[in-house]
Amino acid sequence: MSLDSADVKKIAHLARLAVDEQDIPGYAHNLSNILALVEQMSAVSTDNVTPMAHPLDEIQRLRDDVVTENDQRDHFQQAAQQVEDGLYLVPQVIE
Amino acid sequence: MHQMTIAELAKGLQKGQFSSEELTRAYLQRIKQFDAELNSYITVVEEQAIAQAKAADQRLAKGDAVALTGIPLAQKDIFCTNGVKTSCASKMLDNFIAPYDATVIERFNQAGAVMLGKTNMDEFAMGSSNETSFYGPVKNPWNIETVPGGSSGGSAAAVAARLAAAATGTDTGGSIRQPAALCGITGIKPTYGRVSRYGMIAFASSLDQAGVMTQTAEDAAIMLGAMAGFDERDSTCLDKAVPDYTATLNHDLKGLKIGLPKEYFAEGLDNGVATVLEAAIEEYKKLGAEVVEISLPNSALSVPAYYVVAPAECSSNLSRFDGVRFGYRCEDPNDLEDLYKRSRGEGFGPEVKRRIMIGTYALSAGYYDAYYLKAQKIRRLISDDFKQAFKNVDVIMAPTAPTTAFRIGEKTDDPITMYLSDINTIAVNLAGLPGMSVPAGFSQALPVGLQIIGNYFDEARLLNVAHKYQQITDWHKQIPAAYK
Repeated sequence: MSLDSADVKKIAHLARLAVDEQDIPGYAHNLSNILALVEQMSAVSTDNVTPMAHPLDEIQRLRDDVVTENDQRDHFQQAAQQVEDGLYLVPQVIE
Repeated sequence: MHQMTIAELAKGLQKGQFSSEELTRAYLQRIKQFDAELNSYITVVEEQAIAQAKAADQRLAKGDAVALTGIPLAQKDIFCTNGVKTSCASKMLDNFIAPYDATVIERFNQAGAVMLGKTNMDEFAMGSSNETSFYGPVKNPWNIETVPGGSSGGSAAAVAARLAAAATGTDTGGSIRQPAALCGITGIKPTYGRVSRYGMIAFASSLDQAGVMTQTAEDAAIMLGAMAGFDERDSTCLDKAVPDYTATLNHDLKGLKIGLPKEYFAEGLDNGVATVLEAAIEEYKKLGAEVVEISLPNSALSVPAYYVVAPAECSSNLSRFDGVRFGYRCEDPNDLEDLYKRSRGEGFGPEVKRRIMIGTYALSAGYYDAYYLKAQKIRRLISDDFKQAFKNVDVIMAPTAPTTAFRIGEKTDDPITMYLSDINTIAVNLAGLPGMSVPAGFSQALPVGLQIIGNYFDEARLLNVAHKYQQITDWHKQIPAAYK
């Protein structure tokens, strides 16, 4: 599978990544090479193989549906660039 | 003091031969002296380290010290450390002061260990040479023109140059074992789920596992014992008792069955590395071990499968970096989409962006079955190869890396060549098995690592097998001349 510049732009958009126009051909080249490496997987048949989601086939542990965390909003929001009244500020979304 | 192991330092501290404060100041002095060149630390926390050392000295005086009390350690900058910058070597987190401690850090704090600082690494642990760090490459203390390996390159270089008694690392595809090999130190990646991932910044959650980088297997046993064990805050952490890893270090190796996978000794293996490995295997025969050739037939598929699973999981994990709640935020965004795109585009380096894009592509509509599902099936085949092998052998031995340390810049233009430097370590992560690297000699003045792979939860045996080898060899005691 070879990716062209249009593919890279589409993937970058899906990933919400701004990529400089001048860097797009380089990404197309490298990503195509990585996909060529990945496609070596098709050399082997996996028709009756069960996909492995966990190395030890563990089941997701469940816990009681009770509050276990204290409210630390103010503490955690110190790491944010822009907050007001406990809210995160972003550019206006609705006109 | 810096040449001593943790086991030796602990004795010195407990006998009062020196204080933790003296020891900590000695390491801080060495960091000042040597690290401008090596670049192994991103952050050094001098005041905090001295305060922790003083507290450790009080605890030592009261007689309630444990093995790690007062021992100066370095922590990989992937572990959240309350009140201390936690960057993951990314511009994205250059301004991030972690608001809590990772479980691993919490456990070292409870043991009274001293944190000297946070070590350099590949950005978000994505790399095999420590060259993707926002803070610049780390130099290998054995030859500063070569890489220390990655992603835990800073931890490896710091321990090799004796700028910390030991360090933590994380290993998603070889990030503890490969730099340990390239820097001539001991490293262990435990079984997936053995150590809590809480507060360890996520890269590929089904592969990530924390471990340690030390001078000796004995030190690794002490460190791993302190950090391993169940943690309800990590949903994949396994509820299984942690044995005393130091108790079984001296078990006799007579009758130990070692498997040598032929696929790891094939084309692409450097001759100098092969020679060192042969000599190491001979030492094990002297210790009474029996050596048989085995086959792990799907080994060649490990790198292709890894470069689907790891990027797919990374694209999901790194979606949390949005420029809103923490981390880097671009200047003057036009709108919300521009805020997301430019914060991420400017905050991540090229290798991280490549992996996010590969993962995004592999998970996009119509491609899931061909990529992620296929890779998860191949994972099963690789894991079954190991299961089959462990029916007949106790441990598997192989070169940790196919070559010694390569030159800085040598592989940066070609991601594929860089990816293939982890060819001997990745399968272990895909299968979730524990693996170690032990210094086994030198090729052209650069260290070579012997990889020891064990069955699930067989860390005690790995440490035993490594320790017995270190009792009859002195490769682990070698220190690069400039840092003696």
